Formats: sequence, C-alpha cells, structure tokens
Amino acid sequence: MKGWLRADGRKGIRNTVVVAYLVECAHFVASEIVAGFRDQDVQLIGFPGCFPNEYAARMMERLCTHPNVGAVLFVSLGCESFDKVRAANAVDASGRPVKTLVIQKSGGTRATVQAGRDWVAGALTQIAGVPRVVMGVHELIVGTVCGGSDGTSGISGNPAAGRAFDLLVAEGAACIFEETGELIGCEEIMAARAITPELGQALRDSVQKAERYYATLGYGSFAAGNAAGGLSTIEEKSLGAYVKSGDSPISGLIKPGDVPPQGGLYLMDVVPDGEVRFGFPNISDNAEIVEMIASGAHLTLFVTGRGSVVGSAISPVIKICANPDTYRALADDMDVNAGDIIEGTRSIAEVGREIRDLVVAVAGGAKTKSEDLGHREFILTYKSFEPIGPACLPGAA
Amino acid sequence: MTGPFLLLHDADNVLVARANAPEGLEVGLESGPVRLTRPIPMAHKIARHAIAAGEAILKYGMPIGIATQDIAPGAHVHIHNIRSAYTATHALQDADGISAGVSR
Repeated sequence: MKGWLRADGRKGIRNTVVVAYLVECAHFVASEIVAGFRDQDVQLIGFPGCFPNEYAARMMERLCTHPNVGAVLFVSLGCESFDKVRAANAVDASGRPVKTLVIQKSGGTRATVQAGRDWVAGALTQIAGVPRVVMGVHELIVGTVCGGSDGTSGISGNPAAGRAFDLLVAEGAACIFEETGELIGCEEIMAARAITPELGQALRDSVQKAERYYATLGYGSFAAGNAAGGLSTIEEKSLGAYVKSGDSPISGLIKPGDVPPQGGLYLMDVVPDGEVRFGFPNISDNAEIVEMIASGAHLTLFVTGRGSVVGSAISPVIKICANPDTYRALADDMDVNAGDIIEGTRSIAEVGREIRDLVVAVAGGAKTKSEDLGHREFILTYKSFEPIGPACLPGAA
Repeated sequence: MTGPFLLLHDADNVLVARANAPEGLEVGLESGPVRLTRPIPMAHKIARHAIAAGEAILKYGMPIGIATQDIAPGAHVHIHNIRSAYTATHALQDADGISAGVSR
C-alpha cells in the first residue's frame, strides 16, 4: 500500500481538504463551501462553541495536521473566541496549504461561500501533487470503538476486533482502544496486562476517575438501546467492550491528541481531569472517533450490535456488525458480518483475519461502506485535560 | 446445553440466547428441562440454575451485577431482577427486547 507523505514524515491513507468552522455561527457557510464538492474529498469539521477552550484548540490543530489531511480552510465568523491565528500557524508550519476566511470581513454568506469554493478548488489541484510513497502496516494507527452495543457485541464483534488488533500489533501497528467509562469493572484484569506496574496503576486510576465522573453525572455510559439488546448493567457492557482490546500487552495510556510514539496497544483516557465540567465526556460515538483521529488514527474499527450507520470525517470507519439479524437488516451499511460467529458459521479467528485484511485494503484506498455512502460525521465539544503522567508511556524512547 | 443458548464460561449462572427463543420452548438445563415462560430475544440471558436474591450474576466468568430477587432456572435475567454494582441502568419501554419502543 502507498501513503501520502507529509512534511513531518507521517503518511496518510487519504488526501482530504478539510473545511473547519470555528464557531456554530460559521457552520452553515462552511457546509455550503463543502457542498460544492460532493464527489471530491472535501470534508466538513468544526467546533461550535464561542468560549475559548485549550482542549478544543489542541484537538483542532491535531485534526488539521492529521496525515490524512492535505489542506485546510478555516471559516470564522470573526468575533468568536477561537484563536484562528494560532490554528492557521500550526497548519502552515506543517507544510500544508491553509487559508482563513472571516465572514464579517468577506462580504457575508454569498461572497464567503464563493471565496471558499475558489480556494478549495485551488487546494485540490495543489495537493494532487503530494507524493505517494510505500507505506507499511507498521506505520498505521488504528482505533476501535463500539456503539449501539447489544448482547452480541461482546461475543462476536468485539472479540473479532480484538483478534484483528492482536494481528495488527504483531505487525508493528499502533492500536488504540478507549472509553474508560465502558471499562468499569475491568480495571484489575486490564492493569495486569500493562508492561510496567506503574502503567498498570495509571490504567486502574483512569477507570476509577471515569467511575467517579459518571457517578456525579448520574448516568453510566449506557444507552437505553443497550438494555433492549440484552445488556443489563454497565459492567456487563464493559466486559463485552473490553475484549475489543485483544490479548496484546498494553504499552501505554494516552489522552486525546497524544500520538502513540511507536507500535503497540494503547488505552485512550477520554474522561476529563479535575472536577466535573462541561457535561458528559463523550456525548455520542463520533466524539470518541474524533479523539482517536486526533491521536493519529488512520482508520477506526466500529463494532455495533444494534446497528450504527455512521462514518467519520478525516479517517475511514470500518463497521463490524456483531448481530446477524442487524446485519441482514442493515447490510448496505456494514463492512463485516461478525454475526456469523453467533450463528456458528465462522470462527472469531476467521472474522478477525477478515478485519485485519480489510484494514490493509482500506489503508490502500478501498472505500468503506460509510465512505461510499458519503457519511462524514464529526463532533467536537468542550473538555479539559491535564497532560499524561510519567508512568503512561514507559516504552517511549 | 440444548437449544439456542450459549454457556460463555463454566462459572457462569446465566446462559445467552444465540437466536430468538420462543415462549414455551423446552430448554435442557443441568437441573432438568424447563419451558420458557416468555420469548427470549437474541443476546438476552436466562438463569442457568436457581439464583438467590443478593447473589452475583456471572457472565464471561465475571460479575455483571447482583440479583435483586430470587430467580428461577430458565427465567429471563435482565434489568427487572438484577442491578449494577456500579451505576443504575437507564432503560426505556423497549428494554424487554420485544416492545418496539415507538408509539403507534
């Protein structure tokens, strides 16, 4: 497979122009710019808030300098608090074409949409010249998430995703699993897999933080549909979700935006630090996907039982359906039928191998179902994090 | 086990439906055959044997909750008779896995 070579040496599996609104007030104008490029790789992302937030600023910089991104257009209303100069400087320093349009200074909606489309058209031509070079599996970063889980997720889809992770880690890839709020009850067995005792304690602490956080909010990371699908408690959901991580040793604990320093398996701590502010940690599945992309994920494995249809901006989503009935109902949206495991027609190892092979095919340019359908979901909200502690990346050079 | 139920771990006191199981279906448990008193949707659980109130529910060999009442062999094990040891479960009208969860 080949990747687009970026100035920092990282390689992308896509070459996308990102149009990013910097406050909800600029959302429509940004989406109108993107609407002019329906069949080209131009994607909308953005941050809705008008208050400043270091997490959002850092996430936006990481996303806009992701290896799958070739060029960036920022769309500002003009009076919002987002530091658009800092963001544009970060993209510029990464060697990518970047432009900022301020609606209040560009003549309003119509003129800004036209200026934006003109710039994007030029950027597409410019980034078509970015060199494609040989890329190995060891250069991939792969995330995993489960959403719309049911009682099949932990028996078929998640174990198969875990098997794929084991294969990818053995080939040198960096794999990220996450949602510490859905690891409640698994902290001890997980800590035992850490490559150092200190990292093990950090993993345990991250889950305990999640437990406190959700207790304050009054709801676990558990949707009503999980119960309809046969899951009775958060710890039952957690045990099913945990097996997505496979059997590899855990090499590190990262937070959103931290890029894994080398291959291996990493837990992403997605629950904010400090007292409870800004509400629920991840208000929907795409918030988790976006955070893994900010940590460099080239693509994401999404395991669903009830049946999610989402994709993502920037990095493709491979959807693995755990439930055979859901697969039959939503086959157009699903890349992998792990329901075969429930029905006994294929083994976990066989489906795990299919997922690993599909990761390589998608990295090589094959489109996922959600990409082909045009799904480009994106969500970024307020959070607050402290940097990771010294025990979190023991293997880093 | 007979029929569409899976035992995921030897220590478990629940079995998981690998397909929708109709009401009245005879299921061979270690204590003898029982008939399902309600349909059990795919991926829902039944009791492998009698479970006393206060006992831990084991699935994958791990605790997934606590029985809030005595549960008979073959009975549906779900939010009406078990609770989380951590956070209360949020559910809507469709939690039985059968109701549509939408108004007509």
